[in-house]
Formats: sequence, structure tokens, C-alpha cells
Amino acid sequence: MGPVVVAEGLDLTFRTNDGPVQALSDVSLSVAPGEFVSFIGPSGCGKTTFLRCVAALETPTGGRLSVNGMSADAARKARAYGYVFQAAGLYPWRTIGGNVRLPLEIMGFPRAEQDRRVKDVLELVELSGFEKKFPWQLSGGMQQRASIARALAFDADLLLMDEPFGALDEIVRDRLNEELLGLWGRTGKTMLFVTHSIPEAVYLSTKIVVMSPRPGRIAEVIESPLPRERPLDIRDSAAFLEIAHRVREGLRAGHAYEG
Amino acid sequence: MSARLLPVLAVLSGLLALWYGAVGPMNIRQALDLAERKGVAVQPEGALARQEVSAFVLMARNPGEVARGYALERPRLPTPGQVAGELWATTGEMALRGRGFSKRSLIYHGWITLQSTLAGFALGTALGVLGAVMIVYSRTMEMSLMPWAIISQTVPIVALAPMIIVLSGQAGIEGRGLPKAIISAYLCYFPVLVGMVKGLRAPTREQLDLLRTYNAGGVAGFLKLRLPASMPYLFTSLKVGIAAALVGTIVGELPTGAISGLGARILIGDQFGNPMAIWAALFAAAILAGVLVTLLGGVQGMVLKRMGMAV
Repeated sequence: MGPVVVAEGLDLTFRTNDGPVQALSDVSLSVAPGEFVSFIGPSGCGKTTFLRCVAALETPTGGRLSVNGMSADAARKARAYGYVFQAAGLYPWRTIGGNVRLPLEIMGFPRAEQDRRVKDVLELVELSGFEKKFPWQLSGGMQQRASIARALAFDADLLLMDEPFGALDEIVRDRLNEELLGLWGRTGKTMLFVTHSIPEAVYLSTKIVVMSPRPGRIAEVIESPLPRERPLDIRDSAAFLEIAHRVREGLRAGHAYEG
Repeated sequence: MSARLLPVLAVLSGLLALWYGAVGPMNIRQALDLAERKGVAVQPEGALARQEVSAFVLMARNPGEVARGYALERPRLPTPGQVAGELWATTGEMALRGRGFSKRSLIYHGWITLQSTLAGFALGTALGVLGAVMIVYSRTMEMSLMPWAIISQTVPIVALAPMIIVLSGQAGIEGRGLPKAIISAYLCYFPVLVGMVKGLRAPTREQLDLLRTYNAGGVAGFLKLRLPASMPYLFTSLKVGIAAALVGTIVGELPTGAISGLGARILIGDQFGNPMAIWAALFAAAILAGVLVTLLGGVQGMVLKRMGMAV
């Protein structure tokens, strides 16, 4: 099987009132099936923009980008990925079940199939029994789990996550990280994951892409030697701390470039 | 409940006190004229002489006649009690006698007004929602429609109403129902349009992007996102809209020689020097508006609660 995402010399320049802003500059990257790739870097480094390019929510102004062997827009039309936004973004007038059902309704799944899938993915994110609750009746962490269930519902092989746990407290975040790893292990999906947190990136990823700002570009790509099975206390191991240190160094180098 | 009722009652009793207080000076001249005609000695004598003196001085010099002003048959300013009495006489009492739909009853006139109001409200709401959809989905429509919508509201409806009636008569439209509904729709569509433009644009960028990731079409985007997101805005503007529709209908009944409807009652009361009829019709209209807005509020509460967006 070929790579899921291939970017070659990707450029993206936004036109703003203050003149052009180069959000991405010469970004090249290849993601193999089943990889968990994290993007980390300070604000303005283009990590979210890159993810949005993969999702065809932004159009690159230069370079080549393919998703599942086709153009990003063709992949979007083929519903090749599920996208989890920074805010859970659940529709407040739909129940949790109704929110998870939304993509299934739009994609025209038969009713019985919808019911089955809603039940299955809610189980997968441990929200069984909350199907009939409205979003405001759930905590932030549960809402974010529901939004992951929504992205999983139509069973795309690629999951794009834009700082999904950024607004949650550390304890909830740890739980969800652990659950996300379990989910990834069970489903074998390819994950692209944007984050601000070094421990989160190191704990989750098989590959860490360190990015730096102005213009947004890749500073370093770190392959993680950690095993796929990762208990939470792996974060105290020497190997973990070693990778975290490399990520930190990479981030620092990116900043120094600026000065 | 009593916590919500108390401030309302406080304001209401304040207003009633103010009203009762105002009746004395407003009616003192009429009361003194009447007393003089009945041979009672008043100070100063003669209506012309009294023109030179302020109402408060008249009250001070004729304290015994002030009470008369509270019980005039055709007072300049009726007391709240008199208005309530007139209101009851032309509604409940007539209904009890089985003449609720007589042409002298406010129930009949209120019904006429209500019909036009509801027709105008339906028409105005439909136009407002349709206009909002066009404006939200088309930049050209926004540029061309929105300025006219705003200009339309700067034209005084009192000036426009007779023209609409005359023109619809020219166009061969029978009766006053339709032209009145058009006038009322003219006032009602604007708040609905403005509210719905805001409501249909309420979805966040993320909510819209989410639909893009599903490759959802325009219809799905409208039905599953924009329309439900606009519901709180819709109900808020409907409540403004129905009150405006009622005002529109009454204005449509005023200047045009209409013989039925609350507006016509106000006009007739004015022409025949019967302020009590004016006040009764006015209060009937206010009560009608209150009932309509309350009903809509109830529907709003039910719908939004079902949608998990309780207000």
C-alpha cells in the first residue's frame, strides 16, 4: 500500500490586508498507512494550515499534495477522512446520538445502518448511554469524545485532529490520550494530530513533525522508537524523555532562526 | 412566579396612580362647565374667563368639583375604571348577552383586525424568510436587496397605507382584507428579514467547515445547519413581527373610511367625540398584541426546548 499523504514542496500564501503571509513554505512529508503523526510548533507555524490543506479546506498555492493517491479535494469528495476540530463543535440542537448521526445522514446511510454505527462508535469512545443527552449536558471532555465519535462514524481510514484536547485540563487530557492510543491500536487508522504539548506529541506519535513559524515550515521530523503499546508511565522512561528533549531542541532551533 | 409578577405589578400600580392623578387636571374645565350649566357656583365664572387660569388653580379654587371630573360621560381623559367598564361593556357583557359578534362589540372588530394581522404576518414572515435566504446565499442579492429593505422602512406607513388601499381598489381587489394584510406585511417582513439574515449566518466557521469535510451539498447545509441555527433568531423576530403586523393592520384601518376593525373604532370614536371608545379600542389592541406575543413565546419555548436550546 502506498503512502496515505504525500506533500512535496507545499507552499501556501494567504493574501491579507497587511500584505501576503506565507503560512507554509516548502513543506515535504510522507505519511504511511497506520502511522500516528503529530505536528507540533508555536502559533503561526502552519501546523493547522497543513492539516486544513490535507482536508482540502485550504488550497495550497504551490507544490504537490496527494491524499490516498488522489488530489486533496478529490479525497474530500470521496469522504476519505474524518476531521476533529479544536472545539468539539457539536450542533447544540442535536443530541449526542444526533450529532454522531449527522455525517451518516448527509452521506445517505440507510436508517438501520445509521443506528448500528452510532451505537458502535459511541461504545468505542465510551459514551454509551449518553446518546439522548444534549451537548450542554456533557462535560468538555465528553463533548470532545463525542466529536471524535462523529469523525469515526463513517469509518474513514484517515483521521485529522486539530488540537482536539487543547482546551481540556491535564487530567482529562491524559485519559483521552490513553483512550485515543487504544482506539488507534484497535482500528489501525492513520492519524494526523496537531498539538501544542510536547508530552502529548511524544506519547501518542510514531512520527513527530516539529514546525517553526514565519514562514511556516518543517524544522525536523523525529521518528519515535517507542513501542506501539504505551502505558501512561512510559512518560517517565529514559527513551521518552530523550525524544521529548529532541523535540524541545528542535522547537528552540526553529525559534532561534527567527531572532 | 411572584418574584416575576411583583415588579410588573409595581410598575402597573405606578402607572395607574399617575393616570388617576392626571384625570383631575385634564377634566377640570369640562367638569366646571358642566357644573356651571347645572347652576352650581364656580370660580371664576364663565368658560372664557377660566381659559386664562391654569388647571391646577381651577382645582384649588373649586375643590368640591374635582370629583365631577372623574365621572363625566364623555371625559377628555377617562379614568382607568371607566375604560375598563367600556371595555367590558363592549366585550364580555355583549358576549354574555349572546351578541358577541354584533357590530358594536369589540370582539367582532378585534376578530376583523386579527384576521388581517395574521394574514399580513404570514405574508410578511414568508417574504422576510425568503429575502433572508436570498441575501445569505447571494452576494448580489445582498447588495441589491438590503438597501431597499432599509429604505422601505423609512417611508412612513401612514403615508403609504392610503395609496395601497387606493391602488388595490384600482387593481380590482374586493374588500379591505387584502390591502390591510399587505400594509401589515410591509411592517412585519423587515424584522423577520433582519433577524433571519443574522440567524442564517449564525453558524461558526468550524460548523460550516465540518459540513465541507462531509462534502455536504447546499440543501443539507441549509436544512441541517443554517435553518436550525437560526431558530432562536427567528422566534425573536417573529415576536417583533407580529406586533408590527398588528400596528400595520390598525394603521390600514385608520385613514381609509373602513367601518370595521379596531382601527376603525378608534377613528369613529375620534370623529364622534367619544374618547372612551378610543381608549377601549386601544386597550383591546394592546391586549390582542400581548396575547399574540405570549402565544408565540409559548411556541418558542416548546420548540427550543425540544431542540435542546431552552431559552
